[in-house]
Amino acid sequence: MSSEYEVIIIGGGSAGLSAGIYTSRARLNSLLIERGVAGGQIADAELVENYPGFADGISGLELGQLMQQQATRYGLETLQAEVTGVGLKGKKKVVKTTKGDFSARAVIIASGSERSKLGVPGEEEFSGRGVSYCATCDGPFFKEKPVAVVGGGDVAITEALHLVKFASKVKVIHRRDQLRATHILEERARAEPKIEFLWNSAVEKIEGEDVVKRLSLRQVKTGEKSTLDVAGVFIAIGFKPNTDYIKGFLPLDKAGFIITNEKMETKIPGVFAAGDVRLNSAQQAITAAGDGATAAIFAEKFLSG
Amino acid sequence: MTKPIAVDDATFDQAVLKSKTPVLVDFWAPWCRPCIMAAPVLEELAEEYAGKLTIAKLDVDQNAKTAASYNIMAIPNLIIFKDGKPVSQIVGYKPKAELKRDLDTVLK
Repeated sequence: MSSEYEVIIIGGGSAGLSAGIYTSRARLNSLLIERGVAGGQIADAELVENYPGFADGISGLELGQLMQQQATRYGLETLQAEVTGVGLKGKKKVVKTTKGDFSARAVIIASGSERSKLGVPGEEEFSGRGVSYCATCDGPFFKEKPVAVVGGGDVAITEALHLVKFASKVKVIHRRDQLRATHILEERARAEPKIEFLWNSAVEKIEGEDVVKRLSLRQVKTGEKSTLDVAGVFIAIGFKPNTDYIKGFLPLDKAGFIITNEKMETKIPGVFAAGDVRLNSAQQAITAAGDGATAAIFAEKFLSG
Repeated sequence: MTKPIAVDDATFDQAVLKSKTPVLVDFWAPWCRPCIMAAPVLEELAEEYAGKLTIAKLDVDQNAKTAASYNIMAIPNLIIFKDGKPVSQIVGYKPKAELKRDLDTVLK
């Protein structure tokens, strides 16, 4: 395997893989580095129903694999490794990984985002003992037990809908009085007898002994406190960008997202960003794929310019 | 090349608890994507720590008894056993560098 490329893509989710399809079809010598499996966050989804072209929906894992097959068919090289650092100044950009250093004239950052923590007492302590960030991973451990989901967006509601297959009861705890989730997901959740909503409520503390037993809640409007007995709590309040490895090398917003223009260009010439890692991304597989294609097209222009 | 070994409810006692070398047990399931992500890292660690640490994998779906006895409620879940006792636990997917730091501390 070579260590010099024309384009390096960091991240193998829908943004990175789409970028890879475009750069390899542009016959640019391209390397895509992914730490996990193809598809990124979409691979967690049991069924993706909003990606055009799959009228009956498709499993996220399969969609990711298809994208990777499509990209490698045109010559994209992929490497499974973690990126540990970057050197973005100068014409030759360096990407350091657990499997060696690689360089390229253009870099497309598509390293995505991961679940935010709630930041309340008990969250760390009971992590893995009732506190979870992945319903598809951990749902089966809560058969016939009451659980809670914290959050009101697409991920929270999708998790709640998955958990009804196992849990006896699913309480959705949300800070506001209405959901942010897509309406079709909300309709399904409201039609599901096992799901109940606790509006205007915030988790103050996660309590238990060996394992989670209950949550301390606060009504955000009235300040009224209450407790809720649960065996598990799934936290789905949002995402934080995977940009720790580029801090100090690229301008980021306060939350760590990369600032780009409409060409997916960052402040450094030759460095592009695409998908969830980008400030104001719509955080959808389809918009990330669009970002990836855009980034690849302008990376090609940059390289030939 | 040293690879991770598969253990189950029946072999757990002999292969893990009675092992002379420390054993890292990866509690995993086929439905868990982060577990699949962690698998290649564990393969590399099996090679790098050969002789010092045995890497074992236990499918919690097939071996609920052992999983329940260690209160496994989230996966991936890595427990390091020394002389039959759990001495360290790592829950969730961790990058390789972080895992190695944890392992080195335990194996010191």
